[in-house]
Amino acid sequence: MVRRNKEIYCYGIMNLTKYLKVYTKFLHTSLASELEYKTNILIDLITAILSLIGSIFLLSIFFQNSGSIGGWDFEQALIIQGIYTILNGITNTWFNPNLTEIVKHIREGTLDFVLLKPIDSQFFISLKKIAPSGFLEIILGFCLLLYCIRINQINLNTSFLTLSFITIVCSIGILYSLWFFISTTTIWFIKTWNATEVLRSFLYIGRFPLNSFSFSLRVFFSIFIPIAFITTIPSEVILGLSQLWKIFLEVVVAAVFLFTSRKFWVFALKFYSSASS
Amino acid sequence: MISSFINHKIFTLLKVQYSNMLEYRVEIALWAISGIIPFFMLNIWTNNNLNESINISDVMLSRYFLCAFFVRQFSVVWVVFSFEEDSLMGKVSPYLIQPLNPFFRYFAQHLAEQITRFPFALIIAFFFFIFNPESIWIPNIGILFLSTISTFLSFLIQFLIQSIVACLCFWTEKASSIERLLFIPTLFLSGLLAPVVSFPSYVKSWIYLTPFPYLIDFPANLLSGNPINVSGGLFMQILWILLLFPIFKKIWFAGTKKYTAMGS
Repeated sequence: MVRRNKEIYCYGIMNLTKYLKVYTKFLHTSLASELEYKTNILIDLITAILSLIGSIFLLSIFFQNSGSIGGWDFEQALIIQGIYTILNGITNTWFNPNLTEIVKHIREGTLDFVLLKPIDSQFFISLKKIAPSGFLEIILGFCLLLYCIRINQINLNTSFLTLSFITIVCSIGILYSLWFFISTTTIWFIKTWNATEVLRSFLYIGRFPLNSFSFSLRVFFSIFIPIAFITTIPSEVILGLSQLWKIFLEVVVAAVFLFTSRKFWVFALKFYSSASS
Repeated sequence: MISSFINHKIFTLLKVQYSNMLEYRVEIALWAISGIIPFFMLNIWTNNNLNESINISDVMLSRYFLCAFFVRQFSVVWVVFSFEEDSLMGKVSPYLIQPLNPFFRYFAQHLAEQITRFPFALIIAFFFFIFNPESIWIPNIGILFLSTISTFLSFLIQFLIQSIVACLCFWTEKASSIERLLFIPTLFLSGLLAPVVSFPSYVKSWIYLTPFPYLIDFPANLLSGNPINVSGGLFMQILWILLLFPIFKKIWFAGTKKYTAMGS
């Protein structure tokens, strides 16, 4: 029994090193191919900066004549912008380039090659590519967040850092599951490129505090598309306003989402019948 | 003779593209749904009583955002993405040989897509009225006609801007990133997320000189019955088209001269 456990343990470690090794190769190849378009990266940087300026401009219009929206001050609402920018950067760096590729794999039948590889297909499909321009957005988001922490006079301590780290990681998990879930439906519908566009436009709501919406939309955005969990709860945690049960709920929701998206992928693969067959 | 020939061409192009677009109706429906951001914005405005300060009633604001949704639906342009793909795949070469500017093909594609999109937009408007029954109104024929024209002009402005960007594909492989950059001011300044009236005065002082407020804010205000300078707005739209068209022509001729088919 002990020996068997040890074997499993060793196998796990070996697996992990193998996946890490494969991932560094992915990073290398996709960075090399992306850096060919250097001016593109510069343009993307300007786009990210302008987009942040634009959303702060929009927020300032909302706060022009009112002190608070849904109980959030301007300085507090900026935290949501910061978190949104970080998450959007992560989406643009990892989720968007990879998961739109699934559509191509399925339409052209190249998913066969992925499935034949001696590596987990979800791992391969979710992490193969990387778009470095999204990094700039992540950095921008962090800068904004640091600025907000200063102007809101939040003291940094370990429990604060761990809690905010946990909630942001959970947000990333939920976001990834949502993207992956929609991309998986391609196996049945072939062309779901526009479905990701719908998700993108819904996620746009994550730029604003959830309390600023009417009750029915709030319910919709907490249950069907859990945008509430993605940006509002981490922001509350950063402000020190969140109750413990909300953080706990976020962890549970993230776990459920990740688990179901995995199961859904495995289930969907049963229906995959290659192209032209 | 020549005019009937051109008519025939346009008609055939439209017919082909329409049947092509009908095949993608689910995609187009999804695309229509992805345009509902104005409704979320409306929710923020009315739920926090932000519209009191800009003197627009709840009903007028909800009509404004519904019209903004409609105008956006019928002025969406994606020519740069099509052209980029075609030029990367080498499909532009056969188009160039034909005695028809390839942009006519894209133009017909857009028009056909709008016709396909129309019923879906109506369905979304129907649901909007179910949730907001007090904002139902019927604009009179004259207003409807004028706003259709101004929406079409807005579409033309965006089509010309994007075609100019698309022509940059002759020089660089990926022109779509420039389009994504241009989309940001369009998103925030056109009035899709907040009516231009609500902008702070330091923005309002120069914004009416740019094409942005004429893309969505002007046609939407016209259609929803909010006060607006009709002749001035239409004049500016036409002025921008007259300004952009020669630029497009120039860049197109320069680009086709520069063009070397893929792999040469």
